[in-house]
Amino acid sequence: MAVVVNRKSLTFWEKLYLPAIVGGLKVTLKHAYNTLILRKVVTMEYPEQKWTLPTGYRGAPYLVKDQDNNTKCVSCQLCEFVCPPKAIRITPPGEHGQQADRTNAEKMPAEFEINMLRCIFCGFCQEVCPEEAIFLQQDYSLTGLSRGEMIYNKEKLLSLGGEVGGIQKWKNKLDEAKAQESFPVKL
Amino acid sequence: MDWNFIIFSLVKIAIVVGVVQGLVAYSVLAERKISAWIQDRVGPNRTAPPFMKFVPGGQFLTRLGIFQPLADGLKFMFKEDFTPAGVKKIYFFLAPAVSVIPAMLTVAVIPFGSYLGAQKMVIADLNVGILYTFGIVSMGVYGIVLAGYAANSKYPMFGGIRSSAQMISYEISMGMSVIPVLLIVGNLNLSQIISWQSNHGWLVVYAPISFIIFMVASFAETNRTPFDLPEAETELVGGYHTEYGSMKFALFFLAEYSNMVSSSAMMVTLFFGGWTLPFWGLDHAATSLGLGIAQIFVFLAKMLFFMVVFIWVRWMFPRFRYDQLMDLGWRRFLPLALVNILITAVWLWLRS
Repeated sequence: MAVVVNRKSLTFWEKLYLPAIVGGLKVTLKHAYNTLILRKVVTMEYPEQKWTLPTGYRGAPYLVKDQDNNTKCVSCQLCEFVCPPKAIRITPPGEHGQQADRTNAEKMPAEFEINMLRCIFCGFCQEVCPEEAIFLQQDYSLTGLSRGEMIYNKEKLLSLGGEVGGIQKWKNKLDEAKAQESFPVKL
Repeated sequence: MDWNFIIFSLVKIAIVVGVVQGLVAYSVLAERKISAWIQDRVGPNRTAPPFMKFVPGGQFLTRLGIFQPLADGLKFMFKEDFTPAGVKKIYFFLAPAVSVIPAMLTVAVIPFGSYLGAQKMVIADLNVGILYTFGIVSMGVYGIVLAGYAANSKYPMFGGIRSSAQMISYEISMGMSVIPVLLIVGNLNLSQIISWQSNHGWLVVYAPISFIIFMVASFAETNRTPFDLPEAETELVGGYHTEYGSMKFALFFLAEYSNMVSSSAMMVTLFFGGWTLPFWGLDHAATSLGLGIAQIFVFLAKMLFFMVVFIWVRWMFPRFRYDQLMDLGWRRFLPLALVNILITAVWLWLRS
């Protein structure tokens, strides 16, 4: 049902618009004073100033090395399989290919490419990786002058990724499983 | 024909047009900067030619956005001059010119200084200066209406219709508001009005209501907020210039800002003593070159103050609704202007 809301009739003083004009002048002057004199600016001048990224921020996925500077990836291709936009392409070493450079690994990828133009930073690769060899890191502004340049190969990914020692995943999974044995779940 | 007169007039025209264009370019920058300050932002502060890094003070100028108008102008020039398929071609091409020419013509009668040497610092010292200005200003609406009509599109049409009604309505109160000034001074010549003010004090003291009405009406005439209905982006996509691009759009922009320049100049001339200042001997026609230049700068400073007011108001007020706009023009300002004329006339009659 339509309800008629009666407007408050304005006094003569208000009808002159003068109080509103003075109010507007005051507000805008105050803001101009704040920005010009007190330098309270809300603008963040981007390339010079950057956000502090929250922990758990999902940036670009990079491959990581272990503490002995060896490739952690074992070329299982799970990430390639799970990747929703099919940004990852792994070339396995093949039957007589290069041996893995670390113990406890059968092989390592001959080539590992992530097309950063396709990647949607979803984090599935990180989640699915049994070796904790790929992590979404803090980079978000990836630029290049050509499409080819935006396809990051294994070398580039490894050099960008840095080092994450040890494999904690199974321990973490175990902790998770243990935590879920009791109810309510405490994590 | 007096060759001296022709040469000096041409020089004055060239300088004045150049200064007005420069003012237009930099008032766009001022608009952006002031809006930024009012909205807690920083405004344009990156554009600079590459060598500015090595020039001392160049960094500061860049932060100030001094080079932004150059980039804006270049952008307009290098954009494709696109003509939409459905437009009425002749009018579409004519409209920007029709709106720019009156905007530039108004400046002709405004005395921007007293004397520089033997030259009067006004392009055309007409005896009917004010009438000329009003005649030219009322032509400004044709460009806008034509643009709205030529675009063959709904929203520009709305903008055009709105502006025709608005500008014609406010012209009446604008004209009425100046009549007390004419009554007091008894002359239509703008130079004479200024010299009267240098003898008797600024006219804003004698006719404050006239000034208020004139100022509000000139906001309406130049399509500035709170009366920017012809180019209400939120309602009309863009306004009468929706279908325009590149240099033709820039011409509309130029027209709007030159109108701002000329109406600030008019306000200064009519109500704030033009190039005079009541001290430092600046209140009478200059006898030396330095004084003449100083008076030109006094005029420019006063004008820039009103330009800043124009811009400031834009970032302060919401837009009037159409009926409110018409109401304010016809039912408030017109009677007020008439009463103002009456009061001034009676006051002058009693005093004489």
